[in-house]
Amino acid sequence: MNITQILFWFLTVLAIGSSLMVITSRNPVYSVLSLIVTFFALSGHYILLNAQFLAIVNLIVYAGAIMVLFLFVIMLMNLNAETEPQKNKWLRFAGIIAGGCFLLVMVAALRDADSRAATAMTTYGETGLIQHLGKVLFNEYVVPFEISSVLFLSAMVGAVVLGKKE
Amino acid sequence: MVTLAIDLAFILEKFVLIAVIIVISLLVALYTTFGERKVAGYIQDRYGPNRAGPGGIFQPFADGIKLFMKEDVIPNSSNKFLFVLGPAVAMTMAMLTSAVIPWGREIELFGRTIPLQIADINIGILYVFGVVSMGVYGIMIGGWASNNKFSLLAALRGASQMISYELAMGLAIIALLMLTGSLSLKTIVEQQSTGWWNIFYQPLGFLIFLVCAFAECNRTPFDLPEAESELNQGYHQEYSSMKLGFYLFAEYVNMFISSALMATLYFGGYDIPFVNDAALTESIGTNLMALLQTISLFAKVGFFLFFFMWVRWTIPRFRYDQLMKLGWKSLIPLALFNMVITGLIVLIKENGWPF
Repeated sequence: MNITQILFWFLTVLAIGSSLMVITSRNPVYSVLSLIVTFFALSGHYILLNAQFLAIVNLIVYAGAIMVLFLFVIMLMNLNAETEPQKNKWLRFAGIIAGGCFLLVMVAALRDADSRAATAMTTYGETGLIQHLGKVLFNEYVVPFEISSVLFLSAMVGAVVLGKKE
Repeated sequence: MVTLAIDLAFILEKFVLIAVIIVISLLVALYTTFGERKVAGYIQDRYGPNRAGPGGIFQPFADGIKLFMKEDVIPNSSNKFLFVLGPAVAMTMAMLTSAVIPWGREIELFGRTIPLQIADINIGILYVFGVVSMGVYGIMIGGWASNNKFSLLAALRGASQMISYELAMGLAIIALLMLTGSLSLKTIVEQQSTGWWNIFYQPLGFLIFLVCAFAECNRTPFDLPEAESELNQGYHQEYSSMKLGFYLFAEYVNMFISSALMATLYFGGYDIPFVNDAALTESIGTNLMALLQTISLFAKVGFFLFFFMWVRWTIPRFRYDQLMKLGWKSLIPLALFNMVITGLIVLIKENGWPF
């Protein structure tokens, strides 16, 4: 067992444990904080795969920006465990069935994926480094990249329009 | 039996380096509190602390002991776990950035060449951004867990201010990255030590970065989260003893680290001005050179720390809407303008004048 394996197991347990905490904890602030821990664990996995750029952008965008806004909203609404409404029994049942179906589809889809034979490249491989990523994004995938930035722009305009509405 | 394949000397070397850097940053932060009071005294035409030790030199230790001895109050209505977590997160995140700053080139010890940087990762600047954006959580968690309206309001102020100024800071850095072509702080410093410092290429970018650094550290004129006339004391209202000390201390560590970052990015880092570093290394040896370089870096850091204090005791606080206006309506367009100009110049330099 080398360091990479130890780290892998540690991060995996951390990720699964904290994502379970997200859905089981009664206090929504704890849920958000657990989600942040999950993002950290996932970023750790990216680093193990030598995708440093992805790892750090995951932290900056999700843990650093989006989760702060989540925390903002939850703190201002002041949701407490006592005031949280009890969910309908049938709703819970339907949720379990829907989740189970989704899991089945995922397992079926991933069972035959061609990545089964491939091994993950840990601590080496150039694909995830920022130089390589930049070249690929601005040469091969420049059109989808620009289209997605237009999408962001339209979302931003939409947010401003919604905010301006009296 | 599982055997671990670890390079023990490497681990040991990094541990010692981390310990030394943490101790140094804490010491510097400790004496920055003292320096702040002395500078404030000088600017306001009074002595400042001068009782403990010669010239008041032991004042920070006396302050520390006082904070430790005070009663540690955890309010009954607070969320106890998060109440303790808040200052811990603030302090940890303040310390983490020091991992990617190069404090000197390298030293030779016991036949090993040890670079004076904890981790030279090729995404150094992005790492700094990641850690800085995490710094919001210390304030937010602490403010919310106190279960006090003023604390919560101050925490929200602090968080929105930090998010807003991070954008302009990022845009200012992008212009710098266009010039250097590297995200590694070590490479940026090496480039500057053979040519001009980046401040000469990016004066506007540096100005934006400086203003944003003030806002990120919650320093005057941007210390709205601690505006005592509006919010009593700010997000650390309910804190006492060393937990309060951690919050106050994290601010000074942040100041130290952002000064080091400014020196590294724009003022040549450990480069000694007007000296050919390679030739000097030949004549006086690697270790002595590393010492001189570290002294050079710390002199620059010292200047920026003094600048932080100078501004604090000179400029009054902004109003909150002025702060947001400055961030979104002045700094971000200015940073975008700087970015476009820099991009144009880089293009023309590489491809020649097209007209």
